[in-house]
Amino acid sequence: MAADRHAHHAPAPVGGNLFNAATLVCGVLIAIMIAVLAVRFVFGLGAVTNLNDGYPWGIWVVVDVVIGSAFACGGFSVAMLVYIFNKGQYHPLVRPALLASLFGYTLAGVGVIFDLGRWWNFWHIFTPGYANPNSVMFEVAVCISAYIVVMWLEFSPAFLEKWGMEDARRKLNKVLFFLIALGTVLPMMHQSSLGTLIVVMGVQVNPLWQTQLIPLLFLLTAVVIGYGVVLFESCVASSAYRRKIETHLLEPLAKVMLTMLGAFVVVRFGDLLVRGALPLAFQGSVAALAFWVETLCFLAPFAVVGSASARRNPARLFLAGVAIMLGGVFMRLNAFLIGYDTGVGVDPGWHYFPSVPELLVTIGMFAVEVLGYIVITRRFPVLPREEAQVAQ
Amino acid sequence: MSTRRNFLRGMVAASGAAVAAGAAKPAAARETRQRPPEALGLLFDATLCVGCKACVAACKQANDNPAEFSTVDRLWDTPLDTSAHTFNLIKMYRSGTMQTKDAEENGYAFMKTSCMHCADPSCVSACPVSAMTKNPENGVVEYDADACIGCRYCVVACPFGIPKYEYDSPTGKIGKCELCRHRYKDGRYSACAEVCPTGATLFGRSADLLAEAKRRLALKPGETAVFPRGRLRAADEGGVRHAVWREEPDQSYENVVGSYQQHVYGETEYGGTQVLKLSGVPFEKVGMPKLPPEAAAAHSESIQHMLYGGLVMPLAVLGAMTFIARRHVRHDDENEGENRDGR
Repeated sequence: MAADRHAHHAPAPVGGNLFNAATLVCGVLIAIMIAVLAVRFVFGLGAVTNLNDGYPWGIWVVVDVVIGSAFACGGFSVAMLVYIFNKGQYHPLVRPALLASLFGYTLAGVGVIFDLGRWWNFWHIFTPGYANPNSVMFEVAVCISAYIVVMWLEFSPAFLEKWGMEDARRKLNKVLFFLIALGTVLPMMHQSSLGTLIVVMGVQVNPLWQTQLIPLLFLLTAVVIGYGVVLFESCVASSAYRRKIETHLLEPLAKVMLTMLGAFVVVRFGDLLVRGALPLAFQGSVAALAFWVETLCFLAPFAVVGSASARRNPARLFLAGVAIMLGGVFMRLNAFLIGYDTGVGVDPGWHYFPSVPELLVTIGMFAVEVLGYIVITRRFPVLPREEAQVAQ
Repeated sequence: MSTRRNFLRGMVAASGAAVAAGAAKPAAARETRQRPPEALGLLFDATLCVGCKACVAACKQANDNPAEFSTVDRLWDTPLDTSAHTFNLIKMYRSGTMQTKDAEENGYAFMKTSCMHCADPSCVSACPVSAMTKNPENGVVEYDADACIGCRYCVVACPFGIPKYEYDSPTGKIGKCELCRHRYKDGRYSACAEVCPTGATLFGRSADLLAEAKRRLALKPGETAVFPRGRLRAADEGGVRHAVWREEPDQSYENVVGSYQQHVYGETEYGGTQVLKLSGVPFEKVGMPKLPPEAAAAHSESIQHMLYGGLVMPLAVLGAMTFIARRHVRHDDENEGENRDGR
């Protein structure tokens, strides 16, 4: 196993200018987000969002936190593969995946604050006397917070190397295995709990998604999305930095992803059949349509990267990654918004579609992520060193 | 170094033991909770309601809530739904010619919308910071704004759509009926029941209210019968528990018995609610959802306790992961020198 690793190039900064079109666009989007948030904190959630008592959770919760953290599962999925299943050949993927995860989760954590109506009390959730361990949200909050800390520590060697803090790096290396173990257990806990969040909503959630197995479905998709995101990121990073695409790693990774995805599809449809909920998918309803869009996204990768030769095609790898990410997006949107009906349809007056300022905040959050990724990969050792660096 | 290894070995062993212990005693599913014996509540009888909305006005006054307007002249309190400033509302059912009161076809009816004070409330289970709690004695579902983080999980969770949030405020709170618990210390009960002229809204112990509801269902429609108003006196009235209420004259009166759906809404829904309802029109048509006898809170907490009870499972998995990662990460340490060269 160790021999595999000797072949890898150590991570190195990509280098190049930090001021370019991409970073400037990100900067503008972030400035707009800050302006919207200023209005939100002065005048309240209603001033900028379309939230209402029928849909008290909008995209700031479902996209920024639930979907954002699922997109940030690359670090967890790859770390599992490398350190738990001992697939050392994937080692070069760990740092870039971890970096994206770090941003995804940290922003999800910060994003929660924007959505909290009484944010100055947020510390109550960690405080005995206030904290309610029966609440699924308590578990999610504590677990995500812990994971954010663990990930910064896991990623810190990149900073310590850059700043030449060899002592600290060596000390950290000694306990790294424990951080890695925590870094696999914590996401398992909260990614499943993000699904469990809908259980207490009871009959308000369409039975296509309301199941006792929802924690398992969310966990399985989170792992699969993790691999999908790595495919996506590797393709985007290669093309943006004009680097060689790591096909020799992505081909087998896509195969691992398909296996996990197969397991998910079996559990998903097995559960629907056992509960007798499948007929709901054949009704002429928005929920049924949404279910099939979600399902097709999850099935598409089998057609796109089903064969080994297809998996060596970067465009197909990219498409498979995107399909998986979209499947995850729809599953979460469906479970929390499209399949959700306040008061079980007896109160048909509520509608929700995100407002423009609401969308601008979500877009701004992704801009922070992209900007952070660019700055850190250009200045810190994250991506594997290339023979001849061409990034400008 | 060896100390840590021993510690970890110990931890793995401990986790294994914990798993064994957990397996021996299967994690019990959290049963749906029942109403406490002294639970307080309301009985709303739609066949007695005349739609005067005195209860809506009294609720506003008792809870210091501002008027909400939906008309151009903005003269009257005209909320279209309950909100963070409207805890109680009378809604109207209309069908066809609206000829007959409480008839499903060509009829009309009134229905009260306010907190049901569930025996096993979803909002209380959902709240991560115990801002929404159930009083262990009288079962009133209480809200504490000073604890609340404003996450609105309670709003999402409630199947009746009751907790509501102030979206127009930077310091928005949740608003909902708390059964006028702030008035009990003065011997006064829920304002909506106190002012109801026909006894359509009646205050009392849920157990007594349930018996009263069943008495009404057993009556023959069209006959006259005696209906209490204000607060329903318990059969064992005079005990210490009931001395808290201010003395008031008996307000019972005779009225015609309505033609009821043979169902007390809230007797079993989600394990039962402390507010009970009777109606002439099928409940689903007047905004009361069909709910199973098991509470969603019980399902949710069963999953939580199964996965995280005593942190057994997470620690066992962490132990296993630590053990495995320890073996595999060691290779990295050995490669460190090689990595240095690569820089």
